[in-house]
Amino acid sequence: MSTAPAIEAHGLVKRYGEATALAGVDLDVPTGAVCALLGPNGAGKTTAVRILTTLTPADGGTARVAGYDVSTDAVAVRRSLGLAAQDATVDGLLNGRENLVMIGELHHLGRKRAKARAEELLEQFSLTDAADRLAKQYSGGMRRRLDLAATLVNEPKVLYLDEPTTGLDPRARNELWGVLDVLVAGGATVLLTTQYLEEAERLADDIVVVDHGRVIARGDARELKRQVGGDQLHVVVNDLADLPRAAELMSSVAGVAATVDQSERAVTAPAAGGVRDIAALAGLLVEQGIAVEDVGLRQPTLDEAFLTLTGQPSEEAG
Amino acid sequence: MSTTSAERPAATVPAVRERSTFVHDTWVIARRGFIHIRRQPEALSDATIQPIMFVLLFAYVFGGAISVPGGGDYKDFLMGGIFAQTIVFGCLGVALSLSADRNNGAIDRFHSLPIPRSSLLAGHAVSSLFRSFLPLLLMTLSGFVVGWGIHGSFLEALAAYGLMILFSFAMIWVGVLLGSLVATPEGVQGIAFAVIFPVTFIASTFVPPATLPPVLRTMAEWNPTSSLANSLRHLFHNPGGAAPPNAVWPTAHPIAYTLIWAVGIVVVCAPLAVRAYQRSIRS
Repeated sequence: MSTAPAIEAHGLVKRYGEATALAGVDLDVPTGAVCALLGPNGAGKTTAVRILTTLTPADGGTARVAGYDVSTDAVAVRRSLGLAAQDATVDGLLNGRENLVMIGELHHLGRKRAKARAEELLEQFSLTDAADRLAKQYSGGMRRRLDLAATLVNEPKVLYLDEPTTGLDPRARNELWGVLDVLVAGGATVLLTTQYLEEAERLADDIVVVDHGRVIARGDARELKRQVGGDQLHVVVNDLADLPRAAELMSSVAGVAATVDQSERAVTAPAAGGVRDIAALAGLLVEQGIAVEDVGLRQPTLDEAFLTLTGQPSEEAG
Repeated sequence: MSTTSAERPAATVPAVRERSTFVHDTWVIARRGFIHIRRQPEALSDATIQPIMFVLLFAYVFGGAISVPGGGDYKDFLMGGIFAQTIVFGCLGVALSLSADRNNGAIDRFHSLPIPRSSLLAGHAVSSLFRSFLPLLLMTLSGFVVGWGIHGSFLEALAAYGLMILFSFAMIWVGVLLGSLVATPEGVQGIAFAVIFPVTFIASTFVPPATLPPVLRTMAEWNPTSSLANSLRHLFHNPGGAAPPNAVWPTAHPIAYTLIWAVGIVVVCAPLAVRAYQRSIRS
């Protein structure tokens, strides 16, 4: 497999008046890789996608997609890409088939090829039965599938998915993830943006964490978690009333103050001593008669990683 | 690259034609516009129900109270005005469809495709122009129903319809400008009501300008809606088509004045509209 980068961006800068949406972003996505841009609302994810799809010119920096420069070779870039924007941009007044045929014609497949390609995609996305219904009557999940089908009409070398599962219920989300798995297995290069850590971890090889227009961390999920710190002691108590005492015990074992999570009835602290700490903590808990649901060592969650990296929880819009 | 193409049947690889695709792409987007018109009859009300309603309201409700200068049937006087009003209102259709496209992300979708960006605007313009034919037909028919008549020659009638189509084309560029400057479809509706609606009324649309107070009268006399209405009356040989002896230049030469406006709107508004459109999609 070729290892030439499918997306190559250096020092991308974008300003909207006074506000800086991107403050020098570098990206390297190898062919066939799945990269997630992870960050809160307003972090600059969509701006990066707009520049890399030629929708918006950058104020600084360079970018090449599938080997073509986004500013000097925009049409060649557009021929190589598929974009599924944040809101599924299917045409509600056209039916499923008409949507796909129109996109095919605008990719200059010719009417006959456009029709044949539409049928292939309807089949692939289980939309054949709904092909003659207007897209505005589709469910959210179906609209997403049609939108995704539309982005694949030209068999793009690079696929952009801007928050692909925002607004979907869990079932539709799982369904869409399944579809993406198949695409990725087929060798597509994908750049996706998401606010959901779970989604980035589930789909992407590489995660690039962006905040305030800058890349603040990158790596795979494991590496990101490691950046935040090593293993942690983790205890879930049965009775909420025991939580302060459990925290006290854990702090004494860990040598630093434990973090208390009331809603999860959990306390965590860095486990510098590894298994030895666990054993000591377990002994103390039994001695004090604190009933626990769970005691163990674990890696920090990506949510915690995110909090440490950005200084704010991932759910909170920035 | 070689690995991915090997996994796909060769027949599904897109054949990309290198020649300019502007005409083809414009037509594909115009066809989408036609489908929208057909499947969204409620969005056409400004071009269908509204003109018919005005024909009926003015013919039967207000008509009796308005006297036509130089005599003649008010229904004959009225039709030129309603044609003109509807044509001026025609800028709304394209403004609404453009701002809807911008708000639901359709423009981004199109701009991520390998098509000349101008073809999107051109496609909207073509479908809007065809859209403007519909009210002309409906008004002609409803005019006949209430007793309007074309009393001039066939060629004059042809010239009248040609002038209407030309002015419709000019108004499309006003619509593109409006649709690009105003962020939302609701905003477009608001401006239509606050600006375009009075413009079509402070004119010779429904009443002879001689009956208006001096300031409004001057506005009406120089308003191209008036000259368009007067041109049509003149070409259809309807009452109000002949200018009084001491009339101001636009009233005395309605066709020339209307043509100047049509060309002027295209020359001024089209480049402004394209610029505003480009700016509106860039952010």
